[in-house]
Amino acid sequence: MTTTDTRPDTGSRTGPRTAARPGRPGSALARARGGLPTLVFLAPMLIVFGVFSWLPIGRAVVMSFQRTNLVTDPVFVGFANFQQVFADPLLWTAVQNTGYFALLALVFGYPVPLVAAILMSEVRRLRGLFSALAYLPVVVPPVVAVLLWKLFYDAGEDGVFNTVLAWFGLGPVAWLQDSGAVMPSLVLEATWAAAGGTVIIYLAALVGVDPSLYEAAEIDGAGVWRKLWHITLPQLRGVLLITFILQIIGTAQVFLEPFLFTDGGPANRTLTLLLLIYRYAFTNSLGGDYGAAAALSLMLAVVLAAFSMLYFRLTRSWSS
Amino acid sequence: MATAAEKPTADRGLLAPTDRKRPSVRWSIRILHGLLLAALAVAGLGPMLWLAKAAVTPTQDTLRHPMSLWPGGIDLANLTEAWTRVEIDKYFLNTIALAAGSWAVQLLVAATGGYALAVLRPRIGRYVSGAVLATLFVPSVVLLVPLYLTILDPPVVGTSMLNTFWAVWLPAGANAFNVLLMQRFFANLPREVFEAARVDGAGPYRLFWSIVLPMSRPVIGVVSVFAVIASWKDFLWPMLVLPDPALQPLSVRLPALQQFVELDVFLAALAISSLIPIGLFLVFQRLFLSSAGLGGAVKG
Repeated sequence: MTTTDTRPDTGSRTGPRTAARPGRPGSALARARGGLPTLVFLAPMLIVFGVFSWLPIGRAVVMSFQRTNLVTDPVFVGFANFQQVFADPLLWTAVQNTGYFALLALVFGYPVPLVAAILMSEVRRLRGLFSALAYLPVVVPPVVAVLLWKLFYDAGEDGVFNTVLAWFGLGPVAWLQDSGAVMPSLVLEATWAAAGGTVIIYLAALVGVDPSLYEAAEIDGAGVWRKLWHITLPQLRGVLLITFILQIIGTAQVFLEPFLFTDGGPANRTLTLLLLIYRYAFTNSLGGDYGAAAALSLMLAVVLAAFSMLYFRLTRSWSS
Repeated sequence: MATAAEKPTADRGLLAPTDRKRPSVRWSIRILHGLLLAALAVAGLGPMLWLAKAAVTPTQDTLRHPMSLWPGGIDLANLTEAWTRVEIDKYFLNTIALAAGSWAVQLLVAATGGYALAVLRPRIGRYVSGAVLATLFVPSVVLLVPLYLTILDPPVVGTSMLNTFWAVWLPAGANAFNVLLMQRFFANLPREVFEAARVDGAGPYRLFWSIVLPMSRPVIGVVSVFAVIASWKDFLWPMLVLPDPALQPLSVRLPALQQFVELDVFLAALAISSLIPIGLFLVFQRLFLSSAGLGGAVKG
């Protein structure tokens, strides 16, 4: 039951397979299948998903093989959009930057919530206070968080973080202007904003670990560290893999931090894939290059969809 | 769910109860927990307290002594100035209108769709729920450009939805996660109740409105809170489809305001923008913390 809290499940009386079970023949409900009322209830979902999800997804695929502008009809151009994207030197910059962001986010953001959650799981009193404090940054609107941190990252000696560094005789650091410091600065804020959610996921998994496993280990003479290594972490492996996948999917699509902190600067050091897609489509003064944007989105999505599939398989197999 | 799983730990966790009684263990735990609490307070609460202080501090004090505990002067006028002169009130109302509409559309789509799939179970249900589920695997980046073009030239409607709230409300409804959540919940409701209602002559509409919805308050609550919070957080999409500043929500307007508003008033605006989400969190803490795991999946 380690993964119970990471999947959508609000009533756990029966398994998820009930939905697929056909109505019992002859029952009153079975007779109501199909017909006008059913269509009425399905309509909002079919219309909204059709127009704003299914059609655009199909359109994304078609568009990446077309030259689209808003004036003339789209023309099929084969793989020209893909060739154009691959010929763009900025693509490799963006791939590297996005990879670097994802890597740093793992280094910063992966161990800290785990350690915090393990410590918190042993808290007997005031656990609610611990959880609430950890989760508070998650509910701060992301734009507010970024704009606030932008102020904290002020490069001057009177900047908030530089003032704190000065207490220890360090700094000042040009957080967002220095090409070496800028990406870690962005990741630090992103980690601050997201870590609380991961802590709560781990905490839910930790309280689900069967106490008898610990008792059995103690009878065999295991100490705290060995219990941690041989019981706690193996019991969490499903959740750890899931948060890993979710984090990869999230960080590969990072937009807000590089857009608001630096707009890709300095010297394209924080130009990420999503920022590049955004620029292709929406900041081109000659009209959006929708074809190139769609082509790059599609390639990124195919890679990420593989991660999503894995995620789905894992949550299914671990929770049933 | 966490509430059900929390039971066994009332007894014990990683540490053995006998170990807990040993003074050396007890004290090291206390010290570790103290340090953790201090770190969480500094990291979690610190920035927001700083913002709360800076919102009522004159600009020069914030610039010169950013870390002083007590401001040299209190300037409550920042808040009123942000609210009136900078027209935060207008953007605040826009944000609320966007959140309310997104909430209504999401709830309508998810509740009716989930009911049809889980309770009425039409023959095509299997394919429809497969198609809805499939969208979970499609990263949101794919939708960006084609959805934008759909808003510019929507089918049937004929006129562009750019600069209308519908451009934010309607796409918000296409949330597979909500449908899945509702469908699961409805499928787990006792079917005997439905059968009984049927026998008493309730049709599918009556069954939905008078039986299923009242029994589904927990899941409606979860979907509602997530809908409001997600809408409040949204930035890129409203920025694209609402280029008219008069219609923009706080999240889109704040970065632009920074350029022509004085720092103390700007910080007051930031503080005002955080009030509703933080307030919602404090009120519905249990809901947030027991279903926080869902948040990661919503992003998809």
